[in-house]
Amino acid sequence: MDSSETWDKDAVAAIVAALKPAPGALMRILRRVQDELGWVPPPALPMIAHELNLSRAEVHGVATFYHDFRHAPPGRNVIRLCRAESCQALGAEALADHVRARLGVGFGETSADRAFTLEPVYCLGNCACSPAGVINGNPLGRLTPARFDDALERLLRR
Amino acid sequence: MTPTLATIFVPRDSGALSLGADRVAAAIAAEAARRAIAIELVRNGSRGLYWLEPMVEVATAGGARVAYGPVGSADVPSLFDAVFLTNDPAAHPLAQGPVEQIPYLARQRRMVFARMGVTDPLALDDYITHGGFRGLARALELSGAAIVAEITRANLRGRGGAAFPAGIKWKTTLEQADPVKYVVCNADEGDSGSFADRMLMEGDPFLLIEGLAIAGLAVGAVQGFIYLRSEYPHALRTLTAAIATARERGYLGSSVCGGGRAFDLEIVVGAGSYICGEETAMLESLEGKRGMVRFKPPVPAVAGLFGRPTVVNNVVTLASVPAILEHGGEAYNQLGIGRSRGTIPLQLAGNVARPGLVEAPFGLTLRELIHDFGGGTRSGRPLRAVQVGGPLGAYFPAAMLDLPIDYEAMAEAGGLLGHGGVVVFDDTVDLARMARYAMEFCALESCGKCTPCRIGSTRGAELLDRVIRARGDGANLQLLRELCDTMAAGSLCALGGLTPTPVLSALKHFPEDFGLAAAPT
Ligand SMILES: Cc1cc2nc3c(=O)[nH]c(=O)nc-3n(C[C@H](O)[C@H](O)[C@H](O)COP(=O)(O)O)c2cc1C
Ligand code: SF4
Repeated sequence: MDSSETWDKDAVAAIVAALKPAPGALMRILRRVQDELGWVPPPALPMIAHELNLSRAEVHGVATFYHDFRHAPPGRNVIRLCRAESCQALGAEALADHVRARLGVGFGETSADRAFTLEPVYCLGNCACSPAGVINGNPLGRLTPARFDDALERLLRR
Repeated sequence: MTPTLATIFVPRDSGALSLGADRVAAAIAAEAARRAIAIELVRNGSRGLYWLEPMVEVATAGGARVAYGPVGSADVPSLFDAVFLTNDPAAHPLAQGPVEQIPYLARQRRMVFARMGVTDPLALDDYITHGGFRGLARALELSGAAIVAEITRANLRGRGGAAFPAGIKWKTTLEQADPVKYVVCNADEGDSGSFADRMLMEGDPFLLIEGLAIAGLAVGAVQGFIYLRSEYPHALRTLTAAIATARERGYLGSSVCGGGRAFDLEIVVGAGSYICGEETAMLESLEGKRGMVRFKPPVPAVAGLFGRPTVVNNVVTLASVPAILEHGGEAYNQLGIGRSRGTIPLQLAGNVARPGLVEAPFGLTLRELIHDFGGGTRSGRPLRAVQVGGPLGAYFPAAMLDLPIDYEAMAEAGGLLGHGGVVVFDDTVDLARMARYAMEFCALESCGKCTPCRIGSTRGAELLDRVIRARGDGANLQLLRELCDTMAAGSLCALGGLTPTPVLSALKHFPEDFGLAAAPT
């Protein structure tokens, strides 16, 4: 867990202030922090705990329970591949091998140049277009190694 | 401005987007401009005929909507030639004929998905023109108890997986004296192979809003929550916009339709946890905590969110409610077989030629679904296995395809119908690996409360690694069976309790993949 990265304290403080009054605010705060910063900086947790009058352990427990919350900043491009049954039925494993080799990262890793983060996901609800993935929030269906490379090229050309 | 020559529909459904629907829509707009043809471009929901997506529909003056698919942006010029220059648009190689006559659609009985793909999901007037808010209008004339009676008469069972009668749940909450009650929509749709909830939220969001408002009126709740999985950003955008519109137009807020009763909705987005689809874990998550499963009783209908009486229902369950109110519970109850009444939106996925959404009364067989609708495997190789009901569902062999889609029949066959997802595999599947995956998934998603689930699933995955390395080793398989028994008996919820279902069904029906003699067929 790399917590030495810089993170935007003011942004987190603003999110906490805006959402604090809602019951069950912690999840919503962490969600918003992740959505705005791309990760949930571990050093932000004591501050959130203090503001919500919760123990640090409780906040840490929530932040680590949910798969979405990243504890380190992601790369510039986030690629998510579905690894669930429907996609497996249409070659998701071979596709994953290709993507790992192409990007030079494993699942849950960020490339050394910080260009890519590869994440597993267990169902995108796009099972009728398996194998499915997402590049920077854009859904991709009926993926093949070639279609993945095309999508990546379109992305890199931008 | 020249009069509009045609209305062209290009789905905004995220499945269609994943296949380039936005690029196709842009190409259509550009082509129309280039040719100076006045068209109206509508971004509809998906009809659920995903092998044809992006599926473009063209309606010329007074004519039926004609479908073309799958359309790529490069096909757009020839499509325009066919539609606007020839008098035989059906001659285009991608033409599928009038959309309502495509057999896949014509043979369905669409009640919940009646408007799916027909309308612009965010056009409230479109919704009303196509029968929307009639169920709510009827509900506004009824007492809470009378609304609950309709749901009870319909024999509507929860579509989220457990198939619990919705009427009983609603009645329990209605009878609680607490002045504060909640309605929670379970939009976590974690089961792989499922996408009906997503389609509904992206393609007909007012239907879910209407169902939730009726639920609120029925039990006396003024606040509803939609717990939406984070993997569905398009559904989030569509629902957010639809809720704002419904509020503006008085369908939500301090006086629903001016009837004096309040109901409003808030969306809460999850964070990638499968167990938060379990209703009590979901309530914990809504309260801002880790998604740990609660002991029952009390059931949520008595003490749920923040300890208040809470109705928790799946998206499809709630979306089934408006039609029941409009046509009456008895009409709904007329459809189906056995104790499974009404229609079920089945989701056909995996290695199948025509994947998509098939809504039909209960009673269709797996064979009819997979062969008649689905057209067999996409690879063209023999079908070998079918997983029904998501990651906790059984793997059935080809020999069992005559099983009817019915909660009790599935249970009798050692499986479950779950949320209605059906995933097809051809003969390249290795069921020992699928069994391993089931254990791995359980280990990943376990909330950690029960040892057999938390530790057992990790051991199960390791054990299956050994099985895969040394297939046929009887000692490992014996250990696996015992482990499954322990998990089934010692788990608080269905994640630990039912992970043995895919594992043991794989072992039972496909013993050869575990190095044992093949099962007699
Ligand atoms: C591990 C687990 C995961 C579940 N996931 C979902 C889900 O994603 N969506 C859902 O509607 N129900 C899910 N359920 C079922 C819910 O606990 C609950 O039965 C359902 O929300 C009740 O609504 P219904 O009666 O309308 O189906 C899950 C249950 C378990 C045990
Ligand atoms: S069975 Fe697993 S997921 Fe369910 S309560 Fe127990 S530990 Fe949690």
